[in-house]
Amino acid sequence: MSGNHDHDHSHGHDHDHPGVKPEDTSAPGRYELMTLAMQELLIEKGILTPEKIRRGIEALDSWQPSRGAAVVARAWTDPAFKAELLADGNAAVSRFGVDMGEAKLTVVESTSNVHNVIVCTLCSCYPRGLLGLPPDWYRSKRYRARIVSEPRKVLAEFGTVIADDVAVRVHDSLADLRYLVLPKRPAGTEGWSEEKLASIVTRDSMVGVAVPMPSAT
Amino acid sequence: MSATETAPFQPLAFQPGDRVAIARVNPPGHRRTPFYVRGKIGVIERACGEFLNPEELGYGFTGQPRRRLYRVRFRQHDIWPAYRGSTGDTIDVDIYEHWLSHLPD
Repeated sequence: MSGNHDHDHSHGHDHDHPGVKPEDTSAPGRYELMTLAMQELLIEKGILTPEKIRRGIEALDSWQPSRGAAVVARAWTDPAFKAELLADGNAAVSRFGVDMGEAKLTVVESTSNVHNVIVCTLCSCYPRGLLGLPPDWYRSKRYRARIVSEPRKVLAEFGTVIADDVAVRVHDSLADLRYLVLPKRPAGTEGWSEEKLASIVTRDSMVGVAVPMPSAT
Repeated sequence: MSATETAPFQPLAFQPGDRVAIARVNPPGHRRTPFYVRGKIGVIERACGEFLNPEELGYGFTGQPRRRLYRVRFRQHDIWPAYRGSTGDTIDVDIYEHWLSHLPD
């Protein structure tokens, strides 16, 4: 167990434990037990197999922000693709082999006048097919509570200072939509290849807590 | 159900630009509308389509009838009285139609 996380684990908790390491041996919580029980039942009834579950986790873990970065780089270089991405995100990203499933991808474009940032205040909705698993800070109650009420301060803590004449637009992802920020293409990247552009599009810039930096490469 | 009720092209109840009020209610259960916008006034940004109602689905019901989902845009200064930031700062929230009512322009 991590040092700053020493409270009694006997309560029926449902919060995230970003500090817990894989070798943690503390007793499983109520929700973990329910998950295990459900898993055992599904296997017993032949609906799932351990192999299927393992493959599902493996696929989930294989998703990386590079998938989102490739989409952004294409949108920066191909106006027709960008128009499609903004109008019908699911169709546009399916060209990259990304299946959004039941969720509806909504791409929000940052410009010289608007800076977009994403949160899910209810849980941790996140465009996993494009960005992989969300980072611990995105799932933290602290980020979820503060980014909606003092976004400029939180962004500044990430090193992202937004000018007063640029509107900060927060998107709270609460229902069946998933959001992706299409960051503003930085100056100094004229003539770059799609591949080189993708290399500066980071996970954080697609969540909106950072902006792509051409000097980062 | 009559053919009219299942017609795929029903007129949208709210149009982009419409001013709407969010219900100031506190029903029990897992609700999708966050407390910070309940009782507040916003503007429809876009209609997002129809979805099974997650507030029913989450409790083992069918989620029928499907509910229209909207993105509603709020001015940050209308939500947080002590908000520090530009007057143009906004927050967009996904809200199902049964939480919304019309306001005059």
